[in-house]
Amino acid sequence: MKASVITTRYALILGAIALICTAILVGVYLLTRGTINDVVEKQQRSLLLEVVPQAHFDNDFLATCKIIDLPEAPFLNKIYIAKKADNLTAYAIQATAPDGYSGNIVLLIGITPVGTILGVRTLEHQETPGLGDKIEIRISDWVTQFTGILFNEETESSWKVKKDGGQFDQFTGATITPRAVVNNVRQSAKWTVTELKQHPEIINSFVNCG
Amino acid sequence: MTKENQIPIKQIEIEPVKIVEPSIWKTLFTQGVWSNNGALVQLLGLCPLLAVSNNVTNALGLGIATLFVLITTNTVVSSFRKVIPHDIRIPIYVMIIATAVTAIQLLMNAFAYSVYQSLGIFIPLIVTNCIVIGRSEAFASRNSVLHSAFDGFATGLGMLFSLVILGALREILGNGTLFDGLDLLFGEWAKSWRIDLLHLDSGLLFAILPPGAFIGLGFVLAIKNGIDYRKKKKL
Repeated sequence: MKASVITTRYALILGAIALICTAILVGVYLLTRGTINDVVEKQQRSLLLEVVPQAHFDNDFLATCKIIDLPEAPFLNKIYIAKKADNLTAYAIQATAPDGYSGNIVLLIGITPVGTILGVRTLEHQETPGLGDKIEIRISDWVTQFTGILFNEETESSWKVKKDGGQFDQFTGATITPRAVVNNVRQSAKWTVTELKQHPEIINSFVNCG
Repeated sequence: MTKENQIPIKQIEIEPVKIVEPSIWKTLFTQGVWSNNGALVQLLGLCPLLAVSNNVTNALGLGIATLFVLITTNTVVSSFRKVIPHDIRIPIYVMIIATAVTAIQLLMNAFAYSVYQSLGIFIPLIVTNCIVIGRSEAFASRNSVLHSAFDGFATGLGMLFSLVILGALREILGNGTLFDGLDLLFGEWAKSWRIDLLHLDSGLLFAILPPGAFIGLGFVLAIKNGIDYRKKKKL
């Protein structure tokens, strides 16, 4: 048998198997798609509730998501708007601290328009287990120290870790990670009480998520 | 001595000694789990073994995923072993493995989301695990479907065993706990399984860091080799 015939035969066999495998995966994807979407949405909702308690909103908080694309604030990723009886009550801001010990730390920050922090949670990080991973709520309650703290221009100087003369605790043997988180929460809060407070219409220029 | 007073010698018929061979199932099981363990004897699939074994939950998650991939791929490869052309068998095996892994990844995403997130890249990396393609090539392509499926189960169980042992060792030393976060895998009811073994303010950090994985594996290998050596000595 000619080499070209054998090659063609093998190519067709591989192509057929690839198609069968793809068809199987399409089937599995279609079967799991709904569940995956539900699970992701459920997790997002529960995370949002951790940073902005239910008492602060009656709107579909998750559906208000907008992508922030500002060259002057590259650390900001997304914003969710909480409203109660059509009045603006809070924001949930997804932000990235680029200066973690092992790279980016993605945070979710709940904040009122006047600058009171309602909650902070870590969404993603690559910090050292046992040291920097204390920014995770399941490992340590360190991030809860932000809750209830007001940010304004007078208090800005205290928005540092204790080692840098501020009010926030650092971890034993790890200062870089908490410093990155504190700085990012401070920057996000500052943007909220200055830029966003002065120009609330800026939100309309942001693209909807997903 | 005369012929008369000779003691008559009885003809004793010597029956052939029946050597009781262990059944194929027992052999496959002991080979997969212990004597030819993919991770602890062949030292295959060390990347995920070392990377995700910092606690039992992650170890179980990846171990169960690998177990299912091995059973699926071995079964499929064995089912089509007579029709798969020899020259292109490896790319076909890779496609079968990739399909099984992607399907399991989607299922984990749907039904064990937290574990899926914590395992991250190591689920798709099962495709590159030499244990999986090794069993397809060495066993499933030459044996019956049932035997191949069982071989996949035994080999997967061996990998799961290695992951859990190393994960437990590192979790105990690093965090002082066992089965922490098992609810992420089995649901809320598994929260009660958590055991606080060592009440540590801060555990042995080294154990849950990457170097601890290598040293932990070294100890596990040493213990296994010690057990094997003692068994040999007894024989």
